[in-house]
Amino acid sequence: MNLTIDDITSEALVTLDLDSTDRWAAIDELADLLQADGRVTDKDAFVRAVRQREETGGTGMEMGIAIPHGKSAGVAKPSVAFGRSPTGVDFGAGDDTPADLVFLIAAPEGESDLHITLLSRLARKLVHDEFRDALRSAATPADVIHIIREEVTL
Amino acid sequence: MKIVAVTSCPTGIAHTYMAAEALERAAKAAGHDIVVETQGSAGSETASAEDIGAADVLILAADAAVREPERFAGLPRVEVKVAEAINRAGEVVTRAEQAAHAAPAAAAPAAGTATAASAEGPGEPAGDAPATSSKGGAVRRWLMTGVSYMIPFVAAGGILIALAFAIGGAVEVTEVSVYDEFSVGALLFEIGGMAFSMLVPILAGFIAYAMADRPGIAPGVVGGLLANEIGAGFLGGIAAGLLAGAIVMALKKIAVPAGFRGIMPVLVYPLLGTFAVGAIMILLIGEPIAAVTDGLTGALEDMQGTNAVLLGVILGLMMAFDMGGPINKVAYTFGLAALEAGQFAPMGAVMAAGMTPPLGLALATVLAKRRYTPPEREAGKAAWLMGASFITEGAIPFAAADPLRVIPAIMAGSAVAGGLAMAFNTTLQAPHGGIFVVGLVGNWPLYLLAIAVGTVVTALLVNLLKRVGATTADVVAKTPAEEPVHA
Repeated sequence: MNLTIDDITSEALVTLDLDSTDRWAAIDELADLLQADGRVTDKDAFVRAVRQREETGGTGMEMGIAIPHGKSAGVAKPSVAFGRSPTGVDFGAGDDTPADLVFLIAAPEGESDLHITLLSRLARKLVHDEFRDALRSAATPADVIHIIREEVTL
Repeated sequence: MKIVAVTSCPTGIAHTYMAAEALERAAKAAGHDIVVETQGSAGSETASAEDIGAADVLILAADAAVREPERFAGLPRVEVKVAEAINRAGEVVTRAEQAAHAAPAAAAPAAGTATAASAEGPGEPAGDAPATSSKGGAVRRWLMTGVSYMIPFVAAGGILIALAFAIGGAVEVTEVSVYDEFSVGALLFEIGGMAFSMLVPILAGFIAYAMADRPGIAPGVVGGLLANEIGAGFLGGIAAGLLAGAIVMALKKIAVPAGFRGIMPVLVYPLLGTFAVGAIMILLIGEPIAAVTDGLTGALEDMQGTNAVLLGVILGLMMAFDMGGPINKVAYTFGLAALEAGQFAPMGAVMAAGMTPPLGLALATVLAKRRYTPPEREAGKAAWLMGASFITEGAIPFAAADPLRVIPAIMAGSAVAGGLAMAFNTTLQAPHGGIFVVGLVGNWPLYLLAIAVGTVVTALLVNLLKRVGATTADVVAKTPAEEPVHA
């Protein structure tokens, strides 16, 4: 099987103008994209799982990124939605840095597979300055997908 | 420096991997080797026994429980929150360097052969010790791993047996099998005894596991069972475990064609390893043990009726030396034979000397907490009850983890207890039971005094010896809780 980044995300799941300025609204906004694309079938259940995870410790990191995520039966296939926020959203990072790069990861219940591995590769990449800088300067959703496709492989 | 790290977060999808990546980059930037075990959902990259054995320091970046933490017993460590490893990986790596340097003792041989093993120390060569300091550290970790798996068996078995004594009577429960005649005491005694029969196999099996991973378990367990069979005790079990681990490690070095690799760990290594360990235990170790047993039995019989205090001292030394091994058995059997012949003093000395090792170590863990790992401190609590019940096995976890320091200390304490018991003319008319048979002890106040003195001697001496090579059992460089969990 040739799994690529296109199996877990697409341009439809990318927004470069995240409207929300608050953590829960941002999660909701990105979850809408996942639901509209048919990747999340039960948005309430999924968002609940994401909230639970956030409540055990914010997923915001000091480098201006946040990776809210949830595992739920309301997820049809492992996916990630990406939102870039012009203002930044507080995701509870240690030093209160707002996150301007927000990745919402959706994972189905049960056994994990290569999709999850691919998502974990994406998470690894986010630690790299160059990768984040590239995402910050991307002009269109297509650029974002292109950058991720270049950098994140199995 | 070699670093091994574990990253783990509640969902195991994102932060586990971000932390792994951040630590890998920071360690490489600082010129260290690092292996990160990601305990997440996306398949786990696991640190092998070799990685752990070669490591100088452990970084735990975990917001969720770490799986199989026993594997890392004895490594100096830095514990941080996952977020900290992601945000400030460089600092975490620096702290790991400091922890590794601050803990030369943890990398020091249990043998106590390392002097100033730290890298920049004056580094006196350690006598005639064949092992390098890092080798010695590895041996200690292997032993600690075996011990950590054994402790639950010691605790469960020991407490069940003590309860059996308390409920059913210390002598009665050993005389009537629960299969012949049901009683609660006999039931508890049977179950506790079964748990105890696994001490040595588990110890040996998991020493081998620490060394050679899963293929080591079968050779180690079987070697441990044979150590039981030939009466080699826990020292025989340690030998079997180290032997099994070494054999499988050696077998793994042999290159095989790719097509065979799959069957090596499940079939070939266990098969060859088990055979080799078993043959060595039976053919090379069993015979000398039988000879030593016979020789010692004869020597003790010759001593009878000469100097009573000296006999007590010698019985004490023997009881504590291998706790359930051949030397201990000779002393115990001697006491039993004397008891049956109507002489009640030697059994008294034997029991006093068998009670002080667990009691003394229990006291030692209270007196110097930081010299003992958390599992050892837990084992110390159970050891009070076991010592009081004359269940000498309660001391085995301590002795197996650090034999060259612990065994001399418990021998000295038991020698004192045995000698005093004889000097005070105390007697015992039961073969078991500890405090539960104190009614069968002649001159019991002085008997308890002998035990108390032996206990204190054991505790003080073991803590003194633990200072040799300045070992703290497990140096934990804990993070100051600077970051509250964000809501």
